[in-house]
Amino acid sequence: MSKALPAVVRSVSTRGRLFAALCRTAIWSAVGVLAILLACVLWQSWGWLDLSFLTSYDSAIDPRRAGILAGLWGSFWLMILTMFISVPVGIGAAIYLEEYAGDTWVTRLIRVNLANLAGVPSIVYGILGLTVFVRMFGIFRAGGLVQQLTGWEVVAVKVVGIRIPLPLGSAVLAGALTLSLMILPVIIVAAQEALRAVPPSIRHASLALGATRWQTIRHQVLPAAVPGMLTGIILSASRAIGETAPLIMVGAATFLRSTPGGITHLTELLTNFPSVLDAPFSEYTAMTIQVYNWVKQPSDDYRHAAAAGILVLLIALLSLNALAIYVRNRFQKRLSV
Amino acid sequence: MASLLHSLSDLVKQRQETERAAPGNDPGPRGIKAETRKLDFFYGPHQVLFDISLTIPERSVTALIGPSGCGKSTFLRTLNRMNEIIENTQLIGQVLLDGTDIYGPDVDVAQLRKRVGMVFQKSTPFPKSIFDNVAYGPRIAGLRDKKQLAEIVEQSLSRAALWNEAKDRLKQSALALSGGQQQRLCIARALATNPEVLLMDEPASALDPASTAHVEDLIFELKRNYTIVIVTHNMQQAARVSDHTAFFYEGRLIEMGVTTGLFTKPKEKRTEDYITGRFG
Repeated sequence: MSKALPAVVRSVSTRGRLFAALCRTAIWSAVGVLAILLACVLWQSWGWLDLSFLTSYDSAIDPRRAGILAGLWGSFWLMILTMFISVPVGIGAAIYLEEYAGDTWVTRLIRVNLANLAGVPSIVYGILGLTVFVRMFGIFRAGGLVQQLTGWEVVAVKVVGIRIPLPLGSAVLAGALTLSLMILPVIIVAAQEALRAVPPSIRHASLALGATRWQTIRHQVLPAAVPGMLTGIILSASRAIGETAPLIMVGAATFLRSTPGGITHLTELLTNFPSVLDAPFSEYTAMTIQVYNWVKQPSDDYRHAAAAGILVLLIALLSLNALAIYVRNRFQKRLSV
Repeated sequence: MASLLHSLSDLVKQRQETERAAPGNDPGPRGIKAETRKLDFFYGPHQVLFDISLTIPERSVTALIGPSGCGKSTFLRTLNRMNEIIENTQLIGQVLLDGTDIYGPDVDVAQLRKRVGMVFQKSTPFPKSIFDNVAYGPRIAGLRDKKQLAEIVEQSLSRAALWNEAKDRLKQSALALSGGQQQRLCIARALATNPEVLLMDEPASALDPASTAHVEDLIFELKRNYTIVIVTHNMQQAARVSDHTAFFYEGRLIEMGVTTGLFTKPKEKRTEDYITGRFG
């Protein structure tokens, strides 16, 4: 017995070491592949990523003159609109499900299926977006349902001075709505978890002081849940900015020499109000679409442009995440000791 | 066991003497602040309170004692309708506050909870500053005036015997206070809404002896102005701080009476068994 015991201990510790080694291999092979990819992109884009790449439109004939300006602004507008749509809707849905909705079979069905929806391939959302937002089921086309019912061929409506084309067609807004649909489940599930993590004792203490349910949510639950919600928003924003497939479905242009609303400078966002209102209904392209298009070109030089485009995309993604993490940490600091 | 009963009755007698000596402790009869009539309470199909009829005299301390799961905490929560937070519960019977049924159709629950404050077993400071914690109740009630808020905060903290320790760190996080201070902060926070009744659910059970003594002294002090109902596991605590004691067992009110009487001459066998430590 006294001899057998050390043998057992040795075999257990060997297995432990083996397991640790396996885990180490897993992480380093992942990091290794990533490093090789990054190195390739950096190598290929070397000398191509400069200010003129960021400030010029695409070129169909000269890879040297091709730039990502249209994609940069297209992605910018996509992200702004997507976030404006999905964050309030997602947070609202999560608050309803967690704080107000009772435990009925409908809400249980929704809760279970949210996780499934988060796993639906993005191309499916693209098809959905094409039917619902881009074509609007064809009810506005000549001879469509609207014309049959009203006798008019409706092509647009004006809401408080903003002309909204009907159907939306391949406008930025249609793309943003599609991406919103895609990331909503992720935002909702993360926000639900953040709300659930707020201790019940805090809610009870607030209610016991005569706070209404709304006051308790507003002053205690939401501030405590914001960091967790932001994590979900960061994740989903990263996913949205990197999407290509649904955007191809909903008609993002592969080659475009214009930006949404014709805005090419940040100051115009504050000064050129009519263009800002116009932008959501403009045609657009995105960084991912431009990269995809360049990779397809026969000329080898376009690969360099693609690599430069990927680099810009990565930088945009990382700065977006950094910003969100900074905001989250500030919130956390305010809440803790 | 008889010796334990003696020590408890000694405790009560000792207290009676000090109390008589203290000014402002009018031993005369008091009005009824709250009352329950034939109260039944259910969690789903499971009945936890049976036919509880009990009166709570004003400006005094009423202790609810009994073994774990006897329904005393549930009963406490029926007095400010905190039991309604849990889904699928049902209440039959009446709870009267100053003669009005608090489960009546036009009772505003938020208003009720401002009149009937509550302190929980585990202190639950909000992750805010000490000032903001105490000012929370008045603020959500709509008070914005900074001077008034500051006055309420000072008054509430003073009443909860925390002002001297907290006055120089009002802007600091409440989470940095010690456990005993946090519980007194929660009491101050409950006082800030100017309640008439204060419900306390084992307010000292998570505290060290020194902090417990501090909270007990505080309860003693507060009963001059407030009606206090306290749930406690600690027999000595009930004997030390309460004027009336109600003994709960398996969802029923077994015996209720003046604390001195209940601890020296319990009428029911089960009460005697419990307070002498034979079960529970």
